[in-house]
Amino acid sequence: MPDQADNKFRTATIAVLVDNEPGILARVVGLFSGRGYNIESLTVAAVDEERAISRITIVTGGTDMVIEQIKAQLDRLVPVRKVCDLSLEGPHLARELMLIKVVCTGEQRMEALRLADAFRARVVDATTASFVFEMTGNGDKLEAFTALMRPLGLAEVVRTGVIGITRGTYSLKA
Amino acid sequence: MSAATLNAATSTADIMTGAEIVLRALKEQGVDTIFGYPGGAVLPLYDALFQQNAIRHILVRHEQAAVHAAEGYARSTGKVGCILVTSGPGATNAVTGLLDALMDSIPLVCITGQVPTHLIGNDAFQEADTTGITRPATKHNYLVKDVKKLASVVHEAFYVARNGRPGPVLIDLPKDVMLGSGPYSEAPTAPHRSYRPQREPNAESIQQAIRLLKGAKRPIVYAGGGIVNAGPEASRLLTEFVRLTGFPCTNTLMGLGTYPASDKQFLGMLGMHGTYEANLAMHGCDVMLNIGARFDDRVTGRLNAFSPGSKKIHCDIDQSSINKNVPVDVAIIGDAGLTLKALLEAWQADSQPQHTGALAEWWSKITEWRANDCLRYRQEGSIIKPQHAIRRLYEITQELGRETFITTEVGQHQMWAAQYFGFDKPNHWMTSGGLGTMGYGLPAAMGVQIAHPDALVIDIAGEASTLMNIQEMSTLAQYRLPVKVFILNNEYMGMVRQWQELLHGGRYSESYSSALPDFVKLAESFHAKGIRVTRAEDLDAGIREMLAYPGTVIADIAVAKDENCFPMIPSGAAHNEMILGEDQEGGVKGVTDEGKVLV
Ligand SMILES: Cc1ncc(C[n+]2csc(CCOP(=O)(O)OP(=O)(O)O)c2C)c(N)n1
Ligand SMILES: [Mg+2]
Repeated sequence: MPDQADNKFRTATIAVLVDNEPGILARVVGLFSGRGYNIESLTVAAVDEERAISRITIVTGGTDMVIEQIKAQLDRLVPVRKVCDLSLEGPHLARELMLIKVVCTGEQRMEALRLADAFRARVVDATTASFVFEMTGNGDKLEAFTALMRPLGLAEVVRTGVIGITRGTYSLKA
Repeated sequence: MSAATLNAATSTADIMTGAEIVLRALKEQGVDTIFGYPGGAVLPLYDALFQQNAIRHILVRHEQAAVHAAEGYARSTGKVGCILVTSGPGATNAVTGLLDALMDSIPLVCITGQVPTHLIGNDAFQEADTTGITRPATKHNYLVKDVKKLASVVHEAFYVARNGRPGPVLIDLPKDVMLGSGPYSEAPTAPHRSYRPQREPNAESIQQAIRLLKGAKRPIVYAGGGIVNAGPEASRLLTEFVRLTGFPCTNTLMGLGTYPASDKQFLGMLGMHGTYEANLAMHGCDVMLNIGARFDDRVTGRLNAFSPGSKKIHCDIDQSSINKNVPVDVAIIGDAGLTLKALLEAWQADSQPQHTGALAEWWSKITEWRANDCLRYRQEGSIIKPQHAIRRLYEITQELGRETFITTEVGQHQMWAAQYFGFDKPNHWMTSGGLGTMGYGLPAAMGVQIAHPDALVIDIAGEASTLMNIQEMSTLAQYRLPVKVFILNNEYMGMVRQWQELLHGGRYSESYSSALPDFVKLAESFHAKGIRVTRAEDLDAGIREMLAYPGTVIADIAVAKDENCFPMIPSGAAHNEMILGEDQEGGVKGVTDEGKVLV
């Protein structure tokens, strides 16, 4: 029997190029819920208006056998053009955008601003009693910043979910 | 004519209504029969059907039956089965059939009516979110909102249904799109933009497989329904490969007929109710060649005890079947026929000798297992053993020599049919394998008989299952379809009763078939012939009478009520923990609490 040692759980960032047509997202999400795969994050947007192609990035987890299954199941959907496990393609970049609202006054305002500066978060809205910071990065960085804001008056967080791309010349094409 | 005027000419000539576009595309796709049931949302299509002769419509009595009939039609011909039903309840009634076809990889195109586009989402009369409901029950589905895209969608639906791993495709068609007009276009010749399943096997993988197969000391070929889908040539190649190698061969339930049952290298069906020799050979083999089967849980039993010492080669057209349940050593993606052809060629080209000595030893082991005669039964006295009824049905149809197709319902009778009726050719055995849908057999037989008007088509049925689509007796009457419904009447949902006996302390909760109809009168009321046989002495005469009658027959065969179907691998048990017949039974070992959870 093949190697059974690869039974370890791992996280995978999967990029999927699909025809931008009604129902495609329901198909992908239905596949995950119907087969009991988990979705940690999912993003989707049109990337080629002319050819009506969208790109979905899904962060999921499982053993290698499960992740292979997920890829194969995605690949056999008719409107799916390409499936790529970025985590396996070699080094890749993963980014997420976060908007975070902090409601605070006095010394806490100063502290929030100082930390935002250290994390390279941008102030995109300010009132005398609040800030909205914009920040991009990987999940760890966004979480670290969120944790720091909590005692300072964290009021609201919104995140896009992960998008990813490979480093170097290799490109995903439909 | 210049290109411009030619284009103008064709474009005006080819403008037609949506309904006409659908019919023309069906015709171009080779459809000659469509199974359906009308309703408000499909009236324009029924109107167009009325005005043409190329496509024959078969009016069923329930939409589920339309789908099963199309499945029978498809599986017995190798063509795509076609269905037309109305919106709302018409579509929801079809869902069971669609999922049945998805699980068993049967190519279908189902057209459903839909409320007009401007009413979609309004809870309009007979509106259902048909594409939403059927998304997990079809291989793919479409909601067509623009009549200009209709022709290409219909062509694509057929392409998707028949290519790759076949399956049901649904087209949801709002009424205004059927009534609107648009251009017709022919099926495209260019490759599909995204769906291009791999048909040709990878040469390197074929070589790896051959190295394993040549080195095998205890090989087995495990062949499934994928070979039926690949066409009759694939079955011929399978037979050639098995004969050339001298390997033993077993079939899944869906694969029966792909290797001749009468051949000495055939070990019978494997799995939960498979033969002792097939299951032990699977358990003890050192190299397993799986072609067109999917390591289904009915086949593998407890996964961590499944064929523990073997190298596994898995050939499948569907990448997602590979390493799904069982990790394999060599994966070959491709069409089963092309794969077998490549394997044959590579086997012959390879100079490495076979382990003939080891193979002979393996065969003597198998012969020992076979000597167990696991399918033996004793027909004594007047009470008809169900196994005997099927055996006699098989033998008598063999004597007659007519082309014979068998469909089944679901339950013990289905397993006995698989065990005791021999299939030497593909496409002659239709059963609901993956979904296990009671009520499949009668409508499926209907579809088979439509496709093969002169053949003998028999639904081997249970009294409970057959009541699930009994209304189709009326369809059989309308089209004078001489289907024979051969009921093994044990007055129980026998398979349920068997599990209750073996796993639930004999508490027969709701599994008795009370208040059964008089099947003879029932047949007569549907203009068919009814026969009832209650004594073993009369069995042959009853079968002969059924087969000799030129029209539809229900033969109600009263069989032993408490017979169990053996061998049996209880759920959660391993292949080598099989229960054999009653005389060797000695209680049910191997059923753990974990096993009880499984179905
Ligand atoms: C639609 C549906 N409902 C329930 C079941 C569960 N089930 C499997 S076999 C069976 C009993 C079938 O009884 P019968 O048709 O008399 O066949 P027998 O087992 O007695 O040969 C039942 C209820 C099923 N397979 N399909
Ligand atoms: Mg019964």
